[in-house]
Amino acid sequence: MNASMTALGKLVRTTAFKLSFAYLFIFTIFAFVGLGYVAWNAQRLLTNQFISTIESEINSLSDQYRFGGLRRLVNIVERRSRAPGAMLYLVTTEAGERVAGNVGALPPGVIGRTGQFETLYNRTDETEARPDMAIVRVYLLPGGFRLLVGRDIEERRRLQEVIYRAFGYSLLFIVVLGCVGGWFITRRVLKRVDDMTEITRHIMAGDLGGRLKIAGTGDELDRLAQNLNDMLDRMGELMRGMQEVSDNIAHDLKTPLTRLRNKADEALRTASTPDELKSALEATIEESDNLIRIFNALLMIARLEAGNARDGLADFDAAEAVRDVAELYDALAEEAGVSLEVSVEDDLPIHGSRELLGQAMANLLDNALKYGASTGAPQGISVSAHRNGGEVRIVVADRGPGIPEAERGRVLERFVRLETARSRPGFGLGLSLAAAVARLHGGTLLLEDNEPGLRVILALPLKAVELPQAPLQSAA
Amino acid sequence: MRILIIEDDKEAASYLVKAFREAGHVADHAADGLDGYALAEEGDYDVLVVDRMLPKLDGLSLIRSLREQRVETPVLILSALGQVDDRVKGLRAGGDDYLPKPYAFSELLARVEVLSRRRASTPNTEPTLYRIADLELDRLSHRVTRSGQEIVLQPREFRLLEYLMKNANQVVTRTMLLEHVWDYHFDPQTNVIDVHVSRLRAKIDKGFDKPLIHTIRGAGYMVRVGQEGDEE
Repeated sequence: MNASMTALGKLVRTTAFKLSFAYLFIFTIFAFVGLGYVAWNAQRLLTNQFISTIESEINSLSDQYRFGGLRRLVNIVERRSRAPGAMLYLVTTEAGERVAGNVGALPPGVIGRTGQFETLYNRTDETEARPDMAIVRVYLLPGGFRLLVGRDIEERRRLQEVIYRAFGYSLLFIVVLGCVGGWFITRRVLKRVDDMTEITRHIMAGDLGGRLKIAGTGDELDRLAQNLNDMLDRMGELMRGMQEVSDNIAHDLKTPLTRLRNKADEALRTASTPDELKSALEATIEESDNLIRIFNALLMIARLEAGNARDGLADFDAAEAVRDVAELYDALAEEAGVSLEVSVEDDLPIHGSRELLGQAMANLLDNALKYGASTGAPQGISVSAHRNGGEVRIVVADRGPGIPEAERGRVLERFVRLETARSRPGFGLGLSLAAAVARLHGGTLLLEDNEPGLRVILALPLKAVELPQAPLQSAA
Repeated sequence: MRILIIEDDKEAASYLVKAFREAGHVADHAADGLDGYALAEEGDYDVLVVDRMLPKLDGLSLIRSLREQRVETPVLILSALGQVDDRVKGLRAGGDDYLPKPYAFSELLARVEVLSRRRASTPNTEPTLYRIADLELDRLSHRVTRSGQEIVLQPREFRLLEYLMKNANQVVTRTMLLEHVWDYHFDPQTNVIDVHVSRLRAKIDKGFDKPLIHTIRGAGYMVRVGQEGDEE
């Protein structure tokens, strides 16, 4: 009992039930209004037709009476009464005694009334006693005789019956069709919603590979499913990113941590003078500062990729920012004996973070100085920023060994360092951070051959361009 | 200098109190926001060092309340939240400086000392002329002279020297220079600042017998009259 109650409650609460019920209700009302209108009109039309026939009969018969007297009227009535049809005639005396006509019995008093009304009657040629309905008009003839002309309205009653039956059938059809329609909606449409609910429940339970089915119809549900799938893809990418970060932390940070620990351990075992201890401690602090630096860079990349940094974005002039960083590194380049050529177009408004762009630029210039100045070839680093369509292209180019094409995608990954770079200081986070900054700004980081050397291009959209939906697209 | 440390982590707090005392300052400690507020309001401190995440009353609300009560003691916010927008929030709440954790104590000390000195000089507006020994920097005419001899500086070098001279006899760290002279808050990871300072030094100190720009090992730089290399 209780179970069936809840089952019913569940059914009532489903969208399928509510929709079916609403459709049923609306269609029933429409059907009734439509049928009712037709029925009412048909009845009215018939009745009007009957009345006008009766009217003209009365007119013609009363004319006959006026010109030919009672005998002529009786003759005509007798003749017409014999003709098959639904017309009724009766001529009576003033007292109501039958003179001629095909109407046998009438309810008492009927013949005394004048005008048009509906009444029961029996035909003279009928044997059974069941009276029929007729619409009649009683006309008072000069001389006290009464003329009744009428028409059987059984026809109309039958029509009414047909209409009632139609009402009944249509109600039945509507209910059946409504139920079938509801079932159809449930099966075909809402089933998909139910499927989505089911799949999302699985996904929530941990099956992140699950995707909603696309029926290919391009309807609202398909679009919803597509969007949800895209969202899941994006989440998956973020999860993979996080996974990667933790893998990298596990892998690449263990080495410096072990080194740190070993140094402290060694100092404890071997250092005998305060000076030795002091220098060991200093080395330890230096090592831990490096670790902090790596952590900061990793956290920043993770934060950028999760899109959390988007709140702090504002409009600023990229030209000025690029010049600032170039100026900051100019001294360093000079120190290293490398020329730094700066060519920046004026007024490059972008929406983003000056601070992060500065950090990215610093990383690129750092790399250019570190690797670009390493070969004996004609040295020089160039920094430029120019408009290119709807974007700003900030280019840092060096004349160093460059990066082989096959490796260009890989170096953007966290902690990836090429063999040639192993001997130099760094953590392999500079380019990944620059790429993350580019993505945060809705742009990309491109690596190209500078023939010889490396050209790093930060392509960022100019101001008032909306950030794309998926800033995690591959930037290589 | 009297410093109030408002920090809920006991170990971090005792480390700070000890380190400040060793540096020759008076340091008090409050373990939660309400205690800190009460102490800061009544005690006459030169600088407050405030953690952002505190029990009972969080750091930013504490600073806001103090500022509403017209307590203008300089505040240095010490926080694990170190992103640019966190800093902006901290400074908007009324903080004067912001140092993300983890930090080096030398950095914290340098910043605290600069803050306290700024407080001492706030009543009268900033001077238009900085002078140390025979070095003069005129902020209005943008002229720098040493022993009456004009020294031509690039605009950025001028700002660098201006900041150093404004905080003369105080340690100024590399990050402080990057923040105040270049307005960047990131870690440059290279010795960019050193290169800029050494260029400036070449212009200011070269050819004069008394060096004025000193490197403080493990901390940063200082402009003062004294011997190269001796430490605080």
